[in-house]
Amino acid sequence: MILDGKAPTGPIETSWIRHRSDLKLVIPANRRKYRILVVGTGLAGASSAATLGEMGYNVEAFCLQDTPRRAHSIAAQGGINAAKNYLNDGDSVFRLFHDTIKGGDFRAREADAWRMAEVSQYIIDQCVAQGVPFARDYGGYLDTRSFGGAQVSRTFYARGQTGQQLLLGAYSALSRQIRAGTVRMFPRTEMLDLVVIGGRARGITVRDLVTGEIRSHVGDAVILATGGYVNVFHLSTNAMACSVTAAWKAYKKGAWFANPCYTQIHPTCIPQSGEHQSKLTLMSESLRNDGRCWVPKRKSDVGKPPGEIPEEDRDYYLERKYPSYGNLAPRDIASRAAKEQCDDGRGVGPTGRGVYLEFKESIERLGESVIRERYGNLFEMYERITDEDGYKVPMRIYPAPHYAMGGLWVDYNLMSNLPGLFVLGEANFSVHGANRLGASALMQGLADGYFIIPYTIADYLARIRPGGVSTSDTECVKSVEDVKAALKRLLSIKGDRSVNYFRKELGALLWQHCGMERSRESLTEALARIPGIRDEFREKLRIPGTAAEFNQQLENAVRAEDFIEFAELLCTDALHRNESCGGHFRVEHQYEDGEAKRDDPNYCYSAAWEYKGPGAPPELHKEPLRFENVHLMVRSYK
Amino acid sequence: MELKLIVWRQKGPDEPGWFENYIARNVSQDQSFLEMLDQVNEDLIRKGRIPIAFDHDCREGICGTCSAVVNGVPHGGFERTTVCQLHMRKFKDGDAIYIEPWRARAFPILRDLVVDRGALDKLIQAGGYISCHTGGVPDGNSIPVSKADSDKAMDAAQCIGCGACVAACPNGSAMLFVGAKVSHLAALPQGQVEAPERVVAMIQAMRDCGFGNCSNHYECQAVCPKDIDVKFISKLNREFLTALILAKAGPFKATAG
Repeated sequence: MILDGKAPTGPIETSWIRHRSDLKLVIPANRRKYRILVVGTGLAGASSAATLGEMGYNVEAFCLQDTPRRAHSIAAQGGINAAKNYLNDGDSVFRLFHDTIKGGDFRAREADAWRMAEVSQYIIDQCVAQGVPFARDYGGYLDTRSFGGAQVSRTFYARGQTGQQLLLGAYSALSRQIRAGTVRMFPRTEMLDLVVIGGRARGITVRDLVTGEIRSHVGDAVILATGGYVNVFHLSTNAMACSVTAAWKAYKKGAWFANPCYTQIHPTCIPQSGEHQSKLTLMSESLRNDGRCWVPKRKSDVGKPPGEIPEEDRDYYLERKYPSYGNLAPRDIASRAAKEQCDDGRGVGPTGRGVYLEFKESIERLGESVIRERYGNLFEMYERITDEDGYKVPMRIYPAPHYAMGGLWVDYNLMSNLPGLFVLGEANFSVHGANRLGASALMQGLADGYFIIPYTIADYLARIRPGGVSTSDTECVKSVEDVKAALKRLLSIKGDRSVNYFRKELGALLWQHCGMERSRESLTEALARIPGIRDEFREKLRIPGTAAEFNQQLENAVRAEDFIEFAELLCTDALHRNESCGGHFRVEHQYEDGEAKRDDPNYCYSAAWEYKGPGAPPELHKEPLRFENVHLMVRSYK
Repeated sequence: MELKLIVWRQKGPDEPGWFENYIARNVSQDQSFLEMLDQVNEDLIRKGRIPIAFDHDCREGICGTCSAVVNGVPHGGFERTTVCQLHMRKFKDGDAIYIEPWRARAFPILRDLVVDRGALDKLIQAGGYISCHTGGVPDGNSIPVSKADSDKAMDAAQCIGCGACVAACPNGSAMLFVGAKVSHLAALPQGQVEAPERVVAMIQAMRDCGFGNCSNHYECQAVCPKDIDVKFISKLNREFLTALILAKAGPFKATAG
């Protein structure tokens, strides 16, 4: 089936403004009659819940953390993009749009990327008004830095804690609405099913993570803002609770899953130190503003202390390969370049899976205090984990799974194919294409939450009658029973293996066969082995305790089972996409110099998968992509 | 390394708790403290026993979820370090380690090491924000903020809301947390409009939630993983006094909310 993303046609410069004027409105007096359920309270969730609350809608917001201030958006470090051109360096909405489309390797919808670039300017204003302490220069004006894939300086930041400050801004707006009574907040509450009544999303079934109570909540629309799924790889930069569960439950209830194979591998993470490791830690991309990546030219130098390797024996491979972007080459390109050096036997550190990120030259040029001011907390974090001082010896970094560009399919109004189900932020697939540029995730989350959903959801609500369903509805009762039965099934397995055992096994398989590189062979093998892991999980899992209590192993077991099922879809999507693009690198498709080779005549579309029942292969729907404003070209950062 | 752990176990808020001993074997010095606990839990699960419940999420020292008291000190006693960033290289083979939950009247224990810190949200909901609607705000550069002020705001704003300050305080006071928020917003021109109402409301909420007052022990700053300075408590007191004086003069009513 050919999908329609409902993107406006005509001149792109006015597409969002024109579309906005066509959207229906709900008058203020009627808004309180509608109830909106918001699942997830990171940047996208908190900003949408707060904004819809202040507009007068009844909002119920849910998060699995103990408070909405802890969503994983908080961990973003480097910054948020905005086309402000404060620096007079030639930035514009068009350039940000252009960089996004090109950075995403021409696999995103043009109109969506344009709109994000356009509203990016208001996001900064909004956050400043909320009291987000962005970095300022001595004249009192907002300061910026550069990020990968861009030749201008458009990234606004709050030291190395930008995500934290933006989230606290959204959280404070949300707190204000909780106080005002327009938003009811349910922390430590996890969505375990979507309730669909009459073909529309009308509710969710949740588990209270403290008491174990399973219950439904109903409303007129459901917003999922539940983040990404790269924890499917087990070791990633995501927080421990990040999962695919909410999106996967929605998929099984009829929402289509788009481009699951687009996962971002971030080039700048602290290398894994051993088998005991539970997650990986990112060193912000902003570090590459002042840090230079290198490895020894000769394999025989690999074991030497870096200080003993003279300048002429070092390979600054990014500066060599991509002179016009240098160390700020986009993430997919920089990641593959690092892997290439390590595969070639020139990786550094105890495991040989690492490259240096050195600040010596910047420290000599700018002084240590400037570097300390810009990135102090990142250096401190590095020291905590590695016991090394990044000011004195070069940091060691290696790529790691970081972000999901794929997600539930949505149209231009951010509505999934299921009427009433809206998906925001990382949980949707819309703007990044096959690779996300740095400092754009925060921008997307807030664009969706503050400036897009308030308009588009009104258009949906204005066309329906509010209310009319209750939690005693058959579908809700059935949903509660289904969830209870699923938990009971997991608890009754009584095997001898922990949840973590399966997470590790699945993660290792995916990283090896569907990680930075994929091939027909590797994907076919992964697809052959995943059912075995699933069966073993269903036979040998052991969860201590019961469902009617605080039970972290049970929480993890649900997420693990969903990851196992989802992994199959991820590999299926990667296998069908017989081309290389962005974060999806098929070894069969590369140019002689190792750059990714797209196949536009055959694959210039978004892939949306429809669930067809247990055991049945999912059905592929295609949304053709048209590039009228940025012409399809070979992506070059040389 | 092999370590002896003495861990607080408690099934629920109204249940009695007790200390239980465990041996952590094959601990690597590169492991984080929570990864060491993961390993102990894997062992417990293998033996069919109930694993230790503990709060954690980002494991990068920024989300503020992790919250164990290690050997009597919240987050384990190493400067500017959350317990998730505490690494086992700080311990020696054979060490005995006491692990307990945050202990404060305002933070009821939910299970084992997990406490309910919802009271901190109530403090923010009382007024720890700037009342601005989405949309219709001026351009970000239209209100210049001096670098010194924005740095000061950022110094205060980096509080991660973990609650260690409360757990370390003999009075169970949240004044470092509230002081940080009040100082962050009062340092910026945008936040000054409603500064008096904010500080009065937040202090009232602190009382209502069962937090104590500051009596200058400075334990809060000592354990704060983000090095939030106690000077923000002085700032809080100053803001509060100013608000009360203003209230006497009558330009606004100093009530909660």
